[in-house]
Amino acid sequence: MKNDNTSYERYQRQVILKEFGEAGQQKLLKAKALVIGAGGLGCPALQYLAAAGVGNIGIVDDDVVSITNLHRQPLYNTMDIGFAKAGKAKHALARLNPEINITAYPDRLTTSNALDIIEAYDVVIDGTDNFATRYMINDACVLLNKPLVYGAVSQFEGQVAVFHHRMPTGEYSVNYRHLFPNPPKQGEVLSCAEAGVLGVLPGIIGTMQANETIKLITGMGELLINSILTYNALTNHTYEIGIPATTEAESMVPASAAAFKQMDYQLLCSSVQPDGGFEIDAIHFDTLLNKEAVEIIDVRETHEWPLPTGFNYKRISLMQLKEAMPAIKSNTVIVFCQSGKRSLQAAQWLFDEFGESKKIYSLQGGIIQWINNHSTAQV
Amino acid sequence: MNINILLFGQLTDITGIGTITMEDVADTDSVVQNLHRRFPALATSKYVVAVNKNIITGNTLLTQNSTVALLPPFSGG
Repeated sequence: MKNDNTSYERYQRQVILKEFGEAGQQKLLKAKALVIGAGGLGCPALQYLAAAGVGNIGIVDDDVVSITNLHRQPLYNTMDIGFAKAGKAKHALARLNPEINITAYPDRLTTSNALDIIEAYDVVIDGTDNFATRYMINDACVLLNKPLVYGAVSQFEGQVAVFHHRMPTGEYSVNYRHLFPNPPKQGEVLSCAEAGVLGVLPGIIGTMQANETIKLITGMGELLINSILTYNALTNHTYEIGIPATTEAESMVPASAAAFKQMDYQLLCSSVQPDGGFEIDAIHFDTLLNKEAVEIIDVRETHEWPLPTGFNYKRISLMQLKEAMPAIKSNTVIVFCQSGKRSLQAAQWLFDEFGESKKIYSLQGGIIQWINNHSTAQV
Repeated sequence: MNINILLFGQLTDITGIGTITMEDVADTDSVVQNLHRRFPALATSKYVVAVNKNIITGNTLLTQNSTVALLPPFSGG
């Protein structure tokens, strides 16, 4: 299949553009692009990058195709429902262009695997759908000095930008942390897990990401660096806003690969302190239980019961808590009591002592409600 | 002095409109305070402020026909 004439014909209509030319095509064929998230943004980005002849494409997605995806993810078809997106995307793209190499990573991107996966690529395209992964990808790209083609949608609007691109001066353009140094806290952004989206909007934004990627690889045109473009699908208005390079942003990115691997992006994004309250529900509590660095404290008196099982905790009664504070070393502390009232007081005292140096949570509804939840769940 | 205010993303769910005109506001802090009074839910929303298409980091003086934009983070994909 790697017949020169076939390749020439496949790419002929872009090669005859004088700004692009044979040189542009060769750059694309040698390039390695990683698309993280093969959903609404990732599908069009993948289709155009593969069609254009980007020689090596990686696809990271741990999700499976569902029927609600199909209106905005036309890379898949009805027969693909229930199958892994990464594999189905690879299959569809290989049919579109058998002359390129495609690698599927049907895995969730984590701080453990992100650096190893991203390291092997020249450019990263963010097509994910949550803040935790977006901040993780941004930080990984800054650490590894990889350009990041960012895209995101909200209802009828989309954002596009190219972050951390090495400019001719040798300096790097701004990254997502320059725009929003910290992830939003709970309640600061309406939840959009089930928000509506018109299928063509991520289609447009994902295609713009593919366009920026192709420009970045070939060196054509002007990139959306040091700025962010907003597109409104209802009005067709675009609005480009300049992003200044601030020093605050630089201090937010972990300083080393080791520090990156210690980051808990999920926690960072669900953080509710200092002004949003400390309370977490039983479900959030359970997700935090699995984190190694969490210290859990029962602030009830020693004679109180029931005693929960299934996780480790210390018993320091509310009356003794202030004295015991110097011994609390973990950066994440969860307190619980019977009903959640004393633990809320404990959380406030801990915050007064440690401020934002520790993440502090109080189990809402107390251990009684947690135990009730769990006994119901088992029935 | 007329100031044009543009709101993006889910901020328009709070205000109901994407464009607001304000008179007699000298600086961005006054604009933000005024908006928070009119739309209390904005005070607990996350956004950055831009003046004439550039993000600002502190209070910024406005001039006739300045455009102030409030841009929230988007996460959808």
